[in-house]
Amino acid sequence: MSSEVYERIRKNPKFDELVSKRSRFAWTLTFVVLGIYFAFIMIVAFNPTALAAPIWDGGKATIAWPIGVSMILLFWLMTGLYVRRANSEFDDINAEIVKGAIE
Amino acid sequence: MNRGMLKFAAAALAVGWMGLAMAAPDVGQAQKQALNVHAIVMFFIFVLATLGITYWAAQRTKTASDYYAAGGGITGTQNGLAIAGDYMSAATLLGLTSMTYFQGFDGYIYCICFYVGWPFIMFIMAERLRNLGKFTFADITSYRLDQRQVRTVAAIGSLTVVVFYLIAQMVGAGQLIKLLFGMEYWMAVVIVGVLMVIYVTFGGMIATTWVQIIKACLLLGGGTLVMLLAFSQFGFNFETLATKAVENSKKGMALMAPGAFLSDPVTAVSLSLGLMFGTAGLPHILMRFFTVPNAKEARKSVFIATLCVGFFFTVVALMGLSAITIVGTNPQYFEGGEIGGKLIGGGNMPAMHLAHAVGGNLMLGFLSAVAFATILAVVSGLALAGASAISHDLYANVIRQGQATEAEEVRVSKSSSLALGVVAVLLGIAFEKQNVAFMVGLAFGVAASCNFPVLILSMYWKGLTTRGAIWGSIAGLVSAVLIVVLSKAVWVTVLGNKAAIFPYEQPAIFSMPIAFFFAWLGSVTDSSVRASKEKEAFEDQYVRAQTGFGAAGAASH
Repeated sequence: MSSEVYERIRKNPKFDELVSKRSRFAWTLTFVVLGIYFAFIMIVAFNPTALAAPIWDGGKATIAWPIGVSMILLFWLMTGLYVRRANSEFDDINAEIVKGAIE
Repeated sequence: MNRGMLKFAAAALAVGWMGLAMAAPDVGQAQKQALNVHAIVMFFIFVLATLGITYWAAQRTKTASDYYAAGGGITGTQNGLAIAGDYMSAATLLGLTSMTYFQGFDGYIYCICFYVGWPFIMFIMAERLRNLGKFTFADITSYRLDQRQVRTVAAIGSLTVVVFYLIAQMVGAGQLIKLLFGMEYWMAVVIVGVLMVIYVTFGGMIATTWVQIIKACLLLGGGTLVMLLAFSQFGFNFETLATKAVENSKKGMALMAPGAFLSDPVTAVSLSLGLMFGTAGLPHILMRFFTVPNAKEARKSVFIATLCVGFFFTVVALMGLSAITIVGTNPQYFEGGEIGGKLIGGGNMPAMHLAHAVGGNLMLGFLSAVAFATILAVVSGLALAGASAISHDLYANVIRQGQATEAEEVRVSKSSSLALGVVAVLLGIAFEKQNVAFMVGLAFGVAASCNFPVLILSMYWKGLTTRGAIWGSIAGLVSAVLIVVLSKAVWVTVLGNKAAIFPYEQPAIFSMPIAFFFAWLGSVTDSSVRASKEKEAFEDQYVRAQTGFGAAGAASH
């Protein structure tokens, strides 16, 4: 019974649209996170002094800290971005597709 | 300071601080302190409150779905806090504060490595997990594959992770409680074991979730309060904090930039991989995704969890930096009053001394109680995940082949959690004097190499067959365990051999590709009829993963 519904959903062109839109969005965000993260790890491994520059001239606090905090903040905001779009735009299309297939 | 502690400190220094990092839940051989009345009273209040919740939860736990997944009735925000609670152990509070205290920015790098798995889980896994799973992650891996075989290896993977993680937590709990509460080691382990069994057996997932939520709020609140009190002593000025820290630390300016961490790129990348994908393969974390009604709420939970974890790691780093000045210049926190010598209670104590320095005995008692509550909540989550693997995967689907009633299944789960409790207490006592640091590394390694590859392939790769899943899981499990056993952490430190056979302690960079390779090889060479049916079944699974149509529990809430 549900197999028929799945079949109908699969044949709906909107399903392909949803999947490709959502996947593209999710993978883009993933690669941005991984890219920034591994770039950071590589700097830490091969050029740590780059992070030792002071924030204020003559100060002791280094840019390493705000960079770390910004990474955590940025990654969190990106998860927020995903939730916002997935829970409204994508879920609306999704609900429509499922509704169309059950009726 | 007793000899055990000295030996631990020496070993930790020798292995480098990454060894210490993985050792975080293991607080080392701690010495017994004077009875801490504030801490005991506050912990007692916590226990009473959670037992009350367990009683309430027991009334509401009627079906298997209530027991394993809180009936799918947890909201995204609640679940987010509970996930954060599952992820932030006492080790996070004590170990990471101590790491920043001793190593400065390197401690924060470690926090970032621990954190980065969360966005990944959000983008790649959260909605599919919710749409495909029911009670355990094996529901997903076995969705279109052979139930008996795939669930058996998934259960072995889950139980391996759970048991090693439990032992590490138990030993950590015993040491910590001996240290903070002035209680005997074995008593502490027994108390943790008994409470864990009570929560899990009577209250199931509902009680476990609420214990987790309360603990997360206490930990976040307590940590933030101590951090703010400490930071206020520097006028909330980061430059002042940094200047003082540099002045008062033996490391000087080295505190402010990456140092020893990641000096060996292989270990660095392997550790990052293990932490990132291990997080995505921990059975007690994965199980939490089945407690929310739909994918929408699953996404919200990861959003909240990511916020809590990221925020808390930053709080902890600030605590560590503040402690350098506030604790590090106060002779009362050092053995024999000798500043810069050994910290009273051992290397994991900066957070606790900081609490005492900024808020007196009351604050110390509060933070100690929070640490105890934290351990209790984490072991409960682990025990429930282990019991579910035994009852839902092994008993109901492998032994009884889906013929068991819900009541029988839940009954087996309850006896399993009791059995796990007994095993955890016995092993916790047996390993008292052992260095259990490698066990957390092993748990993450197995999660990343045995659970994660097959889980992600089953969701994303049409070509995965039963044979591929079995080969992949076993290859990942065996290689991760072998690498850890042959590395310095076990071969030299535990077994007392002279030199390590395998040069790296972090297995993920080797064992993950091995697991993926064998999963692929086992699948592509599988030309059986069953295999082609399994590939066909991917189509329906794919639609359900994407749309949530037919997902468990979606209709009833």
